[in-house]
Amino acid sequence: MNALIRLILASSVLGLFSACNRQESPAAGTIKIGNYGAITGKDGTFGDSSTKATRLAFEEINAAGGILGKQIELVVEDTQSKPGEASTVVKKLITRDNVVALIGEMTSSRSLEGAGVAQAFKIPMISPSGTNPAVTATGDQIFRACFIDPFQGAVLATFARDQLKAHRAAILTSISSAYSTGLADVFRVQFPKAGGTIVSDQKFAEGDKDFKAQLTAIKAANPDVIFLPCYYTEAALVAKQARELGITAPLIGGDGWEAPELVQIGGAAIDGCYYSAHYSAESPDPKVQAFVKKYQARFGGRTPDGMAALGYDAANMLADAIRRAGSAEPAKIRDALAATKGFEGVTGRIDMDADRNASKPAAILTIKGGKFTYVQNVSP
Amino acid sequence: MSEFLQQLINALSLGAIYALLALGYTMVYGVLRFINFAHADVFMVGAFTGSYVAKHVPSGTLLGGLAVLFAAMAVCAVLGVLIERLAYRPLRRAPVLNVLITAIGVSLLLEYGVQLTAGANPRSFPAVFPVTRFQLGPLTVSSNQLVVIAVALALVGGLQWIIYRTRLGAAMRAVSLNPRAAQLVGINLNTVIAFTFALGSALAGAGGVLYALNYPSIDPFMGVMPGLKAFVAAILGGIGSLPGAALGALILGTAETFVGGSAYSTYKDAIAFGLLIVIMLFRPAGLLGRFTVEKV
Repeated sequence: MNALIRLILASSVLGLFSACNRQESPAAGTIKIGNYGAITGKDGTFGDSSTKATRLAFEEINAAGGILGKQIELVVEDTQSKPGEASTVVKKLITRDNVVALIGEMTSSRSLEGAGVAQAFKIPMISPSGTNPAVTATGDQIFRACFIDPFQGAVLATFARDQLKAHRAAILTSISSAYSTGLADVFRVQFPKAGGTIVSDQKFAEGDKDFKAQLTAIKAANPDVIFLPCYYTEAALVAKQARELGITAPLIGGDGWEAPELVQIGGAAIDGCYYSAHYSAESPDPKVQAFVKKYQARFGGRTPDGMAALGYDAANMLADAIRRAGSAEPAKIRDALAATKGFEGVTGRIDMDADRNASKPAAILTIKGGKFTYVQNVSP
Repeated sequence: MSEFLQQLINALSLGAIYALLALGYTMVYGVLRFINFAHADVFMVGAFTGSYVAKHVPSGTLLGGLAVLFAAMAVCAVLGVLIERLAYRPLRRAPVLNVLITAIGVSLLLEYGVQLTAGANPRSFPAVFPVTRFQLGPLTVSSNQLVVIAVALALVGGLQWIIYRTRLGAAMRAVSLNPRAAQLVGINLNTVIAFTFALGSALAGAGGVLYALNYPSIDPFMGVMPGLKAFVAAILGGIGSLPGAALGALILGTAETFVGGSAYSTYKDAIAFGLLIVIMLFRPAGLLGRFTVEKV
């Protein structure tokens, strides 16, 4: 269904494109870059953190004289966590604002929406944190600054088996999210490979708030660990309801958990659970510490989360590519992005592989007394 | 077996919340013959009111919890009366379709009004009632589930008493039977309708707080899905019938919970709504509704 809509959209958009030649950005002194994400709504903190960090990166670049002697002009759009909104705002950014490159979205489902449009217009796009493999498979214009779900799922399966010593795992998937189903598919294969068994496989739909039915079925299967690949709002609600039903097994999840709301809504229920993340603000790396200080100074003392770190890296990766391309033409930026090698970001050393995915390490974090605590790093 | 009983408890607490909402739909339909689509958003306002009031009462106490509940009910009752006075009363003689469109307008106004003032990000709802877990053999019951069931039972009982034992209740029944004849015997139509809205909205407000207690993440659009389900429950039970609304809500809650816990959990909404179609095919007036021929 989604693919069909995207196809129709793309073809209609292409028709327009050939009819009227897109003009070069009228303000010759600036390079326009589009940034879109869910700043409000269910996944609001993702977009908020990410777009703030992206802005911070470009502010620093502009203060240092810009790129190729030009200032960067960032145009930010909000997708409101709504399906369908991403393709609308990407179209607006490309056709009305004439941006030369795009950074967004934070989630996989909406990155997929935006990617279809960006690909049709041949405008390079970096998804800072869309981890589903399908995002970059959309076409040769689409890149990402994060690791992909197969890696994340495998890391979590091994961690559950080796560190948590779990034999029996239950899975609770959000069936309407590309991110969630993608992670679950990997875990379903990797956990048995590591010597465990999947004892219960339950599903829910995005927007659900009642998980007691699924959790009761999971409780009956008596798992040692529950794999919960979803975003923070659902993760917190599931944790609360699981503890209410008397389930004591730890929950583990992916990078979608990372937001202060996880602890605010989940409270004590989420304590002792684990998730994989892109970076930890506690890392002793001087690059990380410098970034944390700058972000806190700029945004009222708030500690940057993984989404912020990725938004920052995506912006710097793009700036690096424009610098190497020596031009702000979309086609040249794309080629330079594809050639990224050994880029030192705050989330680690990034190489672009042949499928335009970033190859880089993951961190495992736990929640202790309402605080995110670093456990260990896992390299590819 | 214990899993079955556990699911039954889950179903009961979910059904109880749907019932509180469904009663409001069915009551308004009874006196005005239209579906008040803004009802689900009154439910949302109830939850938000609860979260504001909760900041000013001691959390985790029975008294504080009841204060939050009653404050939300009072605010929603006033809101319901205001909505009726400002949006629906001027349209009393207009075709039903106009009122229906207005109801959708009011619904959007409430949703985006709250989004404008409170923001679109989901916020957490504090635990206003004391939280404990009871272990009954293999079954686990949380105090929140008990609160939901107890409050719903008390409110439905109170409603039954108001409608069948008080003069205003008798007037409501009279208006629902025949508005014109009720006016002829001296019943003030405006008072009765305003009272119906106050009553229905107070129940929705209580439902909002109870829902937020069980699923402690609230946002301006939280009413949409429960509202739709409660509407279906009201139709299922026979719109205009109070016991029907409660029965419909319990059936829907049960169907949803049992499908949700099975291998077909993804289809839980499809099956719940499919059930509606099947029942409508065999009983067009709903389970407890009476099929009346439209008088011309």
